[in-house]
Amino acid sequence: MPETYITRSSAIAARMLAGEMMVMNSMDSTFFTLNEVATAIWQAADGRTPLREIVRNQVCEQFDIDPAQAQTDAEQFVSELSQHGILLVSDQPIQDPHAPEKQ
Amino acid sequence: MIVTTKKNERVVEIGDIAIALRTDDQHFLDLLCQRYAGFLSSSPPELELDLDLTSSGPASDDDVRVRREGTEWLLERGDFQARWDPLTGRGHVRQSHNPYALDSVLRILHSLVLTARGGFLLHAASAIFAGQAYLFSGVSGAGKTTLTRLAPDSVTLLTDEISYIRPSAVGYSAHGTPFAGELAKAGENTVAPVSALFFLEKGPENRVDELPPAEAVRRLMRNILFFAEDRELVEKLLATACDFVQKVPVRTLTFYPDSRVWDEIRNFEGMPAHA
Repeated sequence: MPETYITRSSAIAARMLAGEMMVMNSMDSTFFTLNEVATAIWQAADGRTPLREIVRNQVCEQFDIDPAQAQTDAEQFVSELSQHGILLVSDQPIQDPHAPEKQ
Repeated sequence: MIVTTKKNERVVEIGDIAIALRTDDQHFLDLLCQRYAGFLSSSPPELELDLDLTSSGPASDDDVRVRREGTEWLLERGDFQARWDPLTGRGHVRQSHNPYALDSVLRILHSLVLTARGGFLLHAASAIFAGQAYLFSGVSGAGKTTLTRLAPDSVTLLTDEISYIRPSAVGYSAHGTPFAGELAKAGENTVAPVSALFFLEKGPENRVDELPPAEAVRRLMRNILFFAEDRELVEKLLATACDFVQKVPVRTLTFYPDSRVWDEIRNFEGMPAHA
């Protein structure tokens, strides 16, 4: 099965408040609030780490969740945010991630 | 206040930002004096706009486009085209004789300047009550105009449509604006510290409810007037919204449309914001 690589779009702004990550697309002003699991995936989206590894290391290690369910939820989350241009998705490592490290 | 200006110029000062508007069309200058009475100023202008008036036309409902081109901002709608350079503070507007077009240009310009300075324009009525400013936000029909019509005489209306928010030493301040809504009446040209932001909902009784911080930011962002597709400014705006929610109590205000709602506002004691 091919790997999935994800990185954050350069067109977004993100901010953590009271433990919740808020993400906004500067092109169309769509606004998302991410839960803890989604935030962990978001923060690990460096374009180099496969999604499967992010789920294993960042989600299953930190949260009490069934691994298969975590993978399914992560793929759904990634699909939704990519449709809004907030996450970029590739089956190859993304060599020039746009996301600033401070996010 | 005696306002002295050059013959072909009027300076309109909103939120302590003075903008010179220049045209040789005396009739249009007279229109500006009527529309922005109370906000005319003799302060040295911080920004300058040269107006190039074309044949009259109705106000446009087209979408506004705001984008960067080099160092300049380009503002476009069916009834105006404007360029403004934030480095020099100077700009040029080509528009119809309709003053609503200039009103829109000024709103966009102020939104750009304010965002960079940690403030924002909010789709909200605002009013001063006992020395404190209260903001009432919501979509059209939520009750902004109804609430301002119900206000007791001791309340000073800052705006029934577009609130002008700037950071201050201890929090945020609300300034009056000439940007009017259904009341068709400019706000008072004054300023007060913001005590609370209420998102309005009509209901069978008067009630104030807390909002989780992320929801408060989400609603705030949805009601801020912002036009530019620009990541840097959006980042700044999101940071400002988070800061605002941490410093100013943000609540929902469900109200039954009679004057008792102002008792609810009077009795509201600002609980700590989402620190």
